[in-house]
Amino acid sequence: MSKKPVQFTLNGDGKAVFVEDGQNLLDVLRRGVGDLSPKYGCGQGTCGACTVLIDGEPHLSCLTLAETVEGRSLSSTGGLAQGADLHPLQDAFMRHFAAQCGFCSSGMLMAAKALLDRNPNPSREDVVEAISGNICRCTGYEPIIEAILDAAQSGAGRRSA
Amino acid sequence: MSIHKGRGFASINYPIGMNLGGDPSQALVHSNPDGKFAVALSSIDLGQGMKQVTRQIAAETLGVPVEDVYVDTADSDTGPHCMGSFASRGTHRVGNAVIQAAKEARSVMLEAAAEELEVNAADLETDGKGNIFVRGAPSRSISTGEACGAAQFKHGKTVSGRGIFLIPMSDVDPETGEMTPVSCYAHAALVVDIEVDDETGEVDVKQMNSAYEVGRALNPRMVEQQLVGGAWMGMSHALWETTEPYYPDRTHGPTDFNQYLMPGPGDIAPHDIAILERPAPDGPYGGKGPGEMCANPVLPAVANAVFNAVGVRIDELPITPEKVLRGIKANGGAQPQGQW
Amino acid sequence: MSVEFRKELFANERDDNLNEIGKGTQRQDALGHVTGRSPYFDDHLFEGLLQIRCVRSPHHHARIRSVDYSQAENMPGVVRIIRPEDVPNNFNTLLSLLNFGRDDEPLLSSKKVSYIGEPVLAIVAGTDRQARDAVAAVRVEWEVLPHVLDVEEALKPDAPVVNEVYPNNTFDYHDKYDHQKLRYGDVETAFSQADRIVEGRYQMSPIEQAPVETNGAIAAPETNDRFVCYTSTQALFFSLGTAAKLLNVSSNRLHFIGGTVGGGFGGKVDSLVEPMAILACMLTGKPCRFVWDRQEEMQVGAPRGGERWYLKDGVMNDGRIIARQFTGYFDSGAYTRLSSYAIIKGTAHLPGPYHIPNVKADVFCVYTNRTPATAMRGFGVTGVDFAIESQMDKIAHEVGMNPVEFRILNAYRDGDMKAHRREAKNCALIECVQVAAEKANWPIRDEFKQASSMVGGGGERAKIPHTVTDEDGKIGERRAGRAGAGQTRTIAPSTPAPAPAAYTPPPPSAPPAPAPQPAAGQPAYAHPAAAPAYQPAAPHAPPPVTPAVAPAPPPAPAAPAPASETSTPSARPVNRPGYSRFASNSGFRRR
Repeated sequence: MSKKPVQFTLNGDGKAVFVEDGQNLLDVLRRGVGDLSPKYGCGQGTCGACTVLIDGEPHLSCLTLAETVEGRSLSSTGGLAQGADLHPLQDAFMRHFAAQCGFCSSGMLMAAKALLDRNPNPSREDVVEAISGNICRCTGYEPIIEAILDAAQSGAGRRSA
Repeated sequence: MSIHKGRGFASINYPIGMNLGGDPSQALVHSNPDGKFAVALSSIDLGQGMKQVTRQIAAETLGVPVEDVYVDTADSDTGPHCMGSFASRGTHRVGNAVIQAAKEARSVMLEAAAEELEVNAADLETDGKGNIFVRGAPSRSISTGEACGAAQFKHGKTVSGRGIFLIPMSDVDPETGEMTPVSCYAHAALVVDIEVDDETGEVDVKQMNSAYEVGRALNPRMVEQQLVGGAWMGMSHALWETTEPYYPDRTHGPTDFNQYLMPGPGDIAPHDIAILERPAPDGPYGGKGPGEMCANPVLPAVANAVFNAVGVRIDELPITPEKVLRGIKANGGAQPQGQW
Repeated sequence: MSVEFRKELFANERDDNLNEIGKGTQRQDALGHVTGRSPYFDDHLFEGLLQIRCVRSPHHHARIRSVDYSQAENMPGVVRIIRPEDVPNNFNTLLSLLNFGRDDEPLLSSKKVSYIGEPVLAIVAGTDRQARDAVAAVRVEWEVLPHVLDVEEALKPDAPVVNEVYPNNTFDYHDKYDHQKLRYGDVETAFSQADRIVEGRYQMSPIEQAPVETNGAIAAPETNDRFVCYTSTQALFFSLGTAAKLLNVSSNRLHFIGGTVGGGFGGKVDSLVEPMAILACMLTGKPCRFVWDRQEEMQVGAPRGGERWYLKDGVMNDGRIIARQFTGYFDSGAYTRLSSYAIIKGTAHLPGPYHIPNVKADVFCVYTNRTPATAMRGFGVTGVDFAIESQMDKIAHEVGMNPVEFRILNAYRDGDMKAHRREAKNCALIECVQVAAEKANWPIRDEFKQASSMVGGGGERAKIPHTVTDEDGKIGERRAGRAGAGQTRTIAPSTPAPAPAAYTPPPPSAPPAPAPQPAAGQPAYAHPAAAPAYQPAAPHAPPPVTPAVAPAPPPAPAAPAPASETSTPSARPVNRPGYSRFASNSGFRRR
């Protein structure tokens, strides 16, 4: 089985891994690099739990070929905090009790960050659309929507990435 | 080609815990020399907040601030036996076990404080902020940390406790069904307002108003999490979900989330909730478990609302647009029932 | 969205002056959730981790003629084939840990399969893809059998037998009946006296728990001749006990770690993934991972079972329900799992939170050739509540009564006797109904606003009535075509009580009374002649709290089933368990 070297940055750090033919990015991030924050929920691109940002755009890592991220800049929820300071989205999720089992939270935060980075003042409809690819089975979505709107209010979108 | 408004009502109760009794859970509580406590469990947090609710119960019973307690779960080597997290049993069974364990640990801590302060343990109180003081003479006090340190290093006592809770085993009479299923029940009532499109059969939930009686809202924010999330799931059961859309025929069973339908963030309805608390006599601080009953009233309330809106009685879930349209057609048109 | 607390209700029963209880304190696990650090079972890294996939039945019902894995065994990356005969104790039922029911389900099936998706072989390989390719290369020869998918069809005399341990296609209750009975009062007489009869048939189809995290477990050898298992289970010791029994190992050689789960809703109790992962680990000496993909989670993982309920109510024109009869069918699918207990829980729930003086129910646990059912949020209750509350609405409509007032009229109150013969306590249905109606601006009349759970219960409503019982539906009778052959007899309560008086409704123009008023007059029910005295069960005194009782020792393992063909052990040698390096995510364990 041939392996191919791939280099990319993840949350600002340079990474270099060998990936197998057809290996998906979720697998490489979790088991190759050791970033366990993106989650496996379906492997079919329908639940959003694996969402990461590639050059600021949300992608489903379970359907992304690992070798296609050569040279790209990736972000995951594991790197959302700036050192010891939480990102305003993380803080808002906590204050609004927007996580119960927490399994969708990594993907939700990535989808939310992508939204706020491009649209710092979203309407409720904008938020709904941005997270409509992320399934949550626990919260009923309302606390998540409120957390994202609250984070936008406190200027999360204008924070440097 | 109209939108018809309808409203439906349902009320339910819900048994707390496993039926047929037994249903045990255990807890261990112990302190380090600084008076910081660990609660060891093998109970499971599925997202319902098991770790936090037991943390607050332990802190309350011990008489210390919640920051002085952490819950450690689940490890079969260090956590004592627990049946698990299901049947809305967690808060009630595990909570009571934690209370028993925390009471024992507290009594050792107070004995140590009593020894240090040269009073009777019965004369001592905790202020919930980390201090133990003599009732009526609050300046005579010692910190929980000092008491625990003295216990372990001077008096040779372990500031720890064990707890178990179960309800009596019950048989079921084969002839009459007589039995003692559980010891307490939660309650709920819910009104749902919907709109039905008589051309597409789609049902849009516009508003929910509800009252849930949970014994005691041990952590009100977490109770809210359960009620909001659970009502969403009830709505999902009523109108969207099934693994067998043509039950009992198994064809066209969904295999992914494209086919297994659930309401997304754009489909949710505002939900105004009232929480009532009638403490269960044997609940931890009266707590019952809101985790399951939150979904139940929504299913029939939606079915009743559909009848109210268009005069179609749908007795098979989920209520799909197809079923609504077939019903309207069979009736020769939508028949709104009017409102009280 | 808004939340309000109606603290004024039941305030005298509460002390609201507590320190930590009643506060919306931040969750202990919230920080882990928003930073991606919460350690779910799969968030543990292992050197040399192997993956497991199963060969599964494509048929509803079929005999297994042969399984040929010779090609699969030699495919790239395949480390080990696990066959039914490799499972040390290949027969179980979940509730055997509580001594309820008989073992009826193998971990891997060798004789026949009874639902689409039933596993017959497991393959352990280096990657998920290698395991799937090997699964596709396995050739199974099936002999398709007739199947049954409808619960009422399954009860007919000529229905195919789904589960050979229960050849009548129903769970056996009390070694006597093919269903659980609830008998309280005399519904037939009450029906004859009712002003109206309202009937309904209600059906809930199976529903997936669909947590975002699928079922899964990782098992690895520990350093001390034990096995550690990281698991998504909702019931740690349940799964540990089940694994110990199936694998015939001492329970203290299993070290289960979990507690942080990405949603469960009842779908992570069946304990199917842990024994498989541990067995693979035992056989290969390597860490092994068994995680269901979404398709398996959807259609192979047990759903909430379908339920079908027939209700028949005897109703007075003023809205009082005087009799309610249920026939309920829980669709257990091919195996028992937890359904046997759902019936009991459901039966105890009848007739709902209402005071109804005559109740009769027959509740069945039926086997069909579909995915076995298991617990789901509201297990045993959600389906019947849908039936009851839809029925309540129908009745209210028929008698022309405000549905909310109708609930209050019939609601149970403190002191009422319930159909399972226990006193109602701590009731709060009326208050919930009143508050919900108020919030929704659903008008109700003043006397209904003033009703209370604490007023109007007990008294006549606390008395256990004369009860008609029967011996219908003994095990085997239905399938033999002899259902309904039982005898009826009447049971009098042990303490002599006046016969329940006939209710005389007030004149039509008066508003319906909020609670029934026993009327003076002739008793409606004649005392039965020479009825045998009934001894209600003595109320159970709670036992003193004792230290933990050791769980019942697992039954002696059954002799292994003889192999259907000459069994040659898998050619690959078993590696001796060795030390495995692994790192835990972020150094955190369970918090």
